[in-house]
Amino acid sequence: MVWEELRFQALLRHADDRLVLGHRLSEWCGHGPTLEEDIALSNVALDLLGQAKVIFEQSIKTDLKKRSVDDLIYFREIRGYRNVILVEQPNGDFACTILRQYFFDVFNRLWLNSLQSSIDKDLSSFARSALKEAIYHERHTKSWVVRLGDGTKESNERIQEAVSVFYPLSYEFFAQDEIDQKVFSKGLLPNTACFENVWKEEVALTLLEATLQFPKRTSTQMLRGREGRHTEHLDRILSEMQSLARAHPGASW
Amino acid sequence: MTSGKVVDSLWEVFLQEKNNSGHVHVGSLRASGSEEALQAARDVYARRGSPISIWVVLSESIVASTPADAPSFFDPKDAKSFRYPNYYKVPRTLKDA
Repeated sequence: MVWEELRFQALLRHADDRLVLGHRLSEWCGHGPTLEEDIALSNVALDLLGQAKVIFEQSIKTDLKKRSVDDLIYFREIRGYRNVILVEQPNGDFACTILRQYFFDVFNRLWLNSLQSSIDKDLSSFARSALKEAIYHERHTKSWVVRLGDGTKESNERIQEAVSVFYPLSYEFFAQDEIDQKVFSKGLLPNTACFENVWKEEVALTLLEATLQFPKRTSTQMLRGREGRHTEHLDRILSEMQSLARAHPGASW
Repeated sequence: MTSGKVVDSLWEVFLQEKNNSGHVHVGSLRASGSEEALQAARDVYARRGSPISIWVVLSESIVASTPADAPSFFDPKDAKSFRYPNYYKVPRTLKDA
């Protein structure tokens, strides 16, 4: 694979993570448990879409097929999507959404922190500004994880269930293939292996504070979101997200 | 929106803007504790403009005057123009200085 394609593919993964998770969170708009939380979740959704936009714009600089950001979002088939499986999971209840978001927020903060030293000036300056909002996202979801875990019997049970479902999906953040390793070695994107243990330790401390049990080692499921192998949940997101643009190609609003 | 069994407290939110000396009341919100109130204030009121500081105060901590207090609290000043600086003539010597 030539460098341009490697760079494009590597950035696409991180743009897709944020696009899909941002879209998922936006489904809460108007349905939040309180007015305040509804606005809080919508803010995070907007922030993630904003981060996705910047990463898509950077990625297409080296897209050999010369696609636009809209082409990538609205006209890519599901097999072309490169997000991790965790972010396409359904919102479930509020505890599920919060736990999924907390896992991503810790990863995002660590990733953006390292991205500040990218050799690419545009990416490093993006990381500096996005890191500020990512720190807040984590503060918000972490405090919810603790409140729900160390809350009522019901809230504890619900978020405990979310931990056991989502924790096994989280290792895909740190899975690496040839594409990742080449962009790490060039200093374009952070080597996620460098902060995998930090992620695990910080998450473990939060679960402890939230009086939540660490999930037992479950069977090591093969997760292949980075190769375009998704669950049917992404299919539903894409059919909703892409239908308008596909029905009216070139429309603007 | 569904209402939970636990009723969150009402909080008043004050923002300090850049180039503005004091915290100004911008609205209220419901939250279960001080950290939650601060976060909600950030999310609901601080996404626009250029705030540099937030105060959140339990609404029940605020002691307010009532409309019945108004005549005795505020009206007497109407007949007392000597309370305002423009009532006084500035001496020529000061004006020139």
